[in-house]
Amino acid sequence: MSFSIPYLLSIITFLPLLGAIVVAVWGDDAAKKQTALIFSLVTFAVSLLLLVNWQDGVPGMQFLEEAAWFPEYGMTYLMGVDGISLFLVLLTTLLMPIAIYFSNLYVHEQPGLYLSLMLLLETAMIGVFLALDLVPFFVFFEFSLIPMYLLIGKWGGANRVYAALKFFVYTFAGSALMLVAILVVYFNTGTFNLLEMDGSRIAPAIQTWAFLAFALAFAIKVPIFPFHTWLPDAHVQAPTAGSIILAGVLLKMGTYGYLRFAIPLFPEAAARFGPWIAGLAVIGILYGALVALVQKDVKSLVAYSSVAHLGYVMLGVVALNQQGVSGAVLQMVNHGLSTGALFLMVGLLYERRHTRMLDDFGGLWQSVPVFCGFFLVVVMSSAALPGLNGFVGEFAILLGAYAAWPVLAVLGALGVILAAWYLLTAFRHIAQGPLTNPQNDKTHLPDLRRGEIAMLLPLVLLFFIIGLFPNLFLDKINPSVESLVQNPAIVMKVER
Amino acid sequence: MFDLAWLIILLPAAGVLINLFFGPKLGDRRVGYMASAAVALSFLVAAWYTLRLWGLPAEEQVHTVTLWDWITAGSFRVAAALLIDPLSLTMALVVTGVGALIHVYSVAYMEHDEHYQRFFLYLNFFIFAMLILVLSDSFLGMFVGWEGVGLASFLLIGFWFDRRDDSYGYYADAGKKAFLVNRIGDFGMIVAMIAIWSAAGSLAFTDVFEAAEHGAFTAGAATFVCLLLLLAAAGKSAQIPLFVWLPDAMAGPTPVSALIHAATMVTAGIYMIARTHVLWHIAENAALTAAWIGALTALFAASLALVQTDLKKILAYSTISQLGYMMLGVGVGAYGAAIFMLVAHAFYKALLFLAAGSVMHALDGELDIRKMGGLRHKMPATFRTFLIGAVSLAGIPPLAGFFAKDAVLLGALAHQPLVYVVGLFTALLTAIYSFRAVFVPFFGQPRDRHLYDHAHESPSLMTVPLWILAALTIFGGLLNLPFVLSLEKWLEPALGAHDAPGLVIELIALTLGILIAGFGFVIAYAWHIANEQWPRRLASSVDSLQPALQNKWYVDDFYYERIVLPLRRFAGWLATAVDQKLIDGTVDGIGRITLGAGDRVRKLENGVIPSYALAIVLGVVILAAYFVFSI
Repeated sequence: MSFSIPYLLSIITFLPLLGAIVVAVWGDDAAKKQTALIFSLVTFAVSLLLLVNWQDGVPGMQFLEEAAWFPEYGMTYLMGVDGISLFLVLLTTLLMPIAIYFSNLYVHEQPGLYLSLMLLLETAMIGVFLALDLVPFFVFFEFSLIPMYLLIGKWGGANRVYAALKFFVYTFAGSALMLVAILVVYFNTGTFNLLEMDGSRIAPAIQTWAFLAFALAFAIKVPIFPFHTWLPDAHVQAPTAGSIILAGVLLKMGTYGYLRFAIPLFPEAAARFGPWIAGLAVIGILYGALVALVQKDVKSLVAYSSVAHLGYVMLGVVALNQQGVSGAVLQMVNHGLSTGALFLMVGLLYERRHTRMLDDFGGLWQSVPVFCGFFLVVVMSSAALPGLNGFVGEFAILLGAYAAWPVLAVLGALGVILAAWYLLTAFRHIAQGPLTNPQNDKTHLPDLRRGEIAMLLPLVLLFFIIGLFPNLFLDKINPSVESLVQNPAIVMKVER
Repeated sequence: MFDLAWLIILLPAAGVLINLFFGPKLGDRRVGYMASAAVALSFLVAAWYTLRLWGLPAEEQVHTVTLWDWITAGSFRVAAALLIDPLSLTMALVVTGVGALIHVYSVAYMEHDEHYQRFFLYLNFFIFAMLILVLSDSFLGMFVGWEGVGLASFLLIGFWFDRRDDSYGYYADAGKKAFLVNRIGDFGMIVAMIAIWSAAGSLAFTDVFEAAEHGAFTAGAATFVCLLLLLAAAGKSAQIPLFVWLPDAMAGPTPVSALIHAATMVTAGIYMIARTHVLWHIAENAALTAAWIGALTALFAASLALVQTDLKKILAYSTISQLGYMMLGVGVGAYGAAIFMLVAHAFYKALLFLAAGSVMHALDGELDIRKMGGLRHKMPATFRTFLIGAVSLAGIPPLAGFFAKDAVLLGALAHQPLVYVVGLFTALLTAIYSFRAVFVPFFGQPRDRHLYDHAHESPSLMTVPLWILAALTIFGGLLNLPFVLSLEKWLEPALGAHDAPGLVIELIALTLGILIAGFGFVIAYAWHIANEQWPRRLASSVDSLQPALQNKWYVDDFYYERIVLPLRRFAGWLATAVDQKLIDGTVDGIGRITLGAGDRVRKLENGVIPSYALAIVLGVVILAAYFVFSI
């Protein structure tokens, strides 16, 4: 960490908050747009310092920051990053400028407030991935709900109020139980500090209940079948940037929560309920894919595909072996990139045609070939074509799952057939077939502009980089995962 | 020594990138030549390495060229690496050699197409993926190419993405069908790879086979793995039960049918089984299953080729049938013979497709042989080359097809006589439909005067590749001439020693093969040229089969009605009854009960979130207090 700047994690976390304040109070709409984009880009640039100064092969937390904060109640301001959270932070800081740039192009109603909320959201999400004390974690976790609630509720589609409310109440209800569990943990261990906590001091019976409370809160967030029904509603109603962030980052707060909190705190309970969660994950893979297959709204199709994809991630998480968990961590990033790109492309289409119904399209390869070329790559990434990113994660997950539960892994692998089915159905309806609707022809439908390609390009490049050189990422992920799977509780006794 | 072997793969990839970024600047023709040159150069590099490998003693003919560490997760490690051995280079030569000829042919064939450059982009991409498939040193690397060629196939079948006709429906749907059916096979491949890694701790071919020879696989495990690999091969190589995509794949431009759906991609399953022969030695039941799948597919598809009226569809079913022979070959352990047939088939089937394309080119896209007739006068080069291909397909000596099929059937006769009988009977059907495909369009009187008058011979950019392939078809048999230039011998470092069956068996097989092919010729001649009655009477004796044959043995209908439709209906039921009503209804119901019970509470339900939040926080605090103090 020789040439790192001090308080790096705090800067990454709170720079967007500063941006949110500046955007809220200063400048006209154009200036606000520029400011928001600059803040998100600077945050991304600063977050790259994590990579530059990363110590390879170190399993524990890096860049630790600690400050006293209500010590009499066992609370600390404690931030740190390891191989499990590193790329989730970078995913967040990468997707945010893209989402903001998209909003700059297409959000016309009170853009300043919108962008301010986006930046607030970024602070909350980064905080979730960096906080190592249960109280700040919970605060960030809950706080992320508010900007997203407002983004959906104010800038969403026709049924936005219902969708926003459902999103808020459902996830809030889940985390309310988690708050109880956090308090239980505190009263049993005397601390909220994850690094000093010894989960084994909690009585086994209470461990079970506390694990279930955490697990439920995160299950709703992921979402694991059958807690997923808020997701399609939220996605369909959310504005594009909201969908990108929701699918790209927010859902990972759930899967990450399992790896960082639920499993290390209660390893025995986690092992006991692992098969059940794996079963639900596999149901999610198949169920999400089948339901996606019959959707007529492409956004809803992508939303259900997230249920299936997150099913793979959860399958890897609870397999609790090196291949499964490393694959799951990589797949969280992959899903963020691929599904983020899918929502981005659906958004680009929607802004042009003001419809998302598959039946309204067809033959777009004729009119917008560049769009369709990108769409093909994104679809293939999501369908886990080997050579692209999704395959590496999915295959590692299935390897891990097979070691734990062979039958579940084989059933889960059936998802690759269904994924190709619904994704190619979408591609077939949009890009292929005859161009019958005059609304879709060249004169009405402009192809991608330079700025729009600039949003897609980093994502598509990462598809190839992760697909061909996944070890650039896995080398940093693996050590932390290794220490997690060898002794889940070890996270708490890391050297400082 | 083979450090630069990656150039073989890189050159077509460079073609893709040049096309993508500079295509519009270069213009159509030059893009076509550039793409052809990329593949031709790749062929030259492969040929150069083949010569160098040839010069080495047999025990030094297997080389691994590691490129980079690809995926590492704990004990799971896979490198991106190439395997250079006689088998991989033979495949690479076929892919790039036939591929280059078809590229050149396409320069003229695709002229005036709206998406000319895109066509060559896909074609180069296909070669690139196919070379990854055959040159990779691990299952996982092979799988990258395996799905890559699937993507290329999808794109090229649906190349005319906005067209539809009565024979294929929407072309784009044919492409989608191909990809999806192949994904069923790929599922088998994925699970097989997982099982292989679990047993052998590696996915690199050499490691896995070494582990297998040291007993890493029980017979049960090997059978499990091999049956999954068979599923994968059935998808890619269009075998029962997954062959249904290949006839529809003919919707793609004819050079695509020649290159991908006849000469190269569809043989990947055969290559893969030959490559993994060590596992199949342990899994005898799986090998026997493969032999029977192959034999039945060969018979079944040949029966359908007999009744097709579309020239390309005849060739498509013929390809399935010939792939069945190859599958039969690897199933009975005649790996070298199967690869020999693969190579020979690449020559004569590419030739037949390209010649059919030439006919199509001349007749403004018409493929119905009932509208043709007498074309040999109008298109002499096309006719002669098609005839050479058909004679080879029919198994008439001394063309390549005769020796190849003989080698495979010989293996069957030596190991599985019953399989041999099926194969021999299929050879009769093969000869009949081969000559029918020659006699009906090229001999007799023109059936459609208008079409006939407009027919013309194709330009030399198309006929030269035809003649080169024709020459390869005529002399291809020499590749496996015993004691001279034996392909089977050359492949031994990769495929293990092959035991030549005794001379007596060999002579029996040869004689029966010639007789049956001759008999097939006689039937076809009597029927279509001499117009005699007895072949018709023979055919009418199996008239009851006609409806079944016309409906492709009802297999497509069965899949659609029994699998696709019910699955879609099930999905629709899940989406409405389960997802919307049951699950979401429960969620909404709980929400309503909690938040909206009674009039007093309704005041809260005004969409103001903080009041809900307040309510929930209050509830949590009460719950927490109870929890804490009761402990």
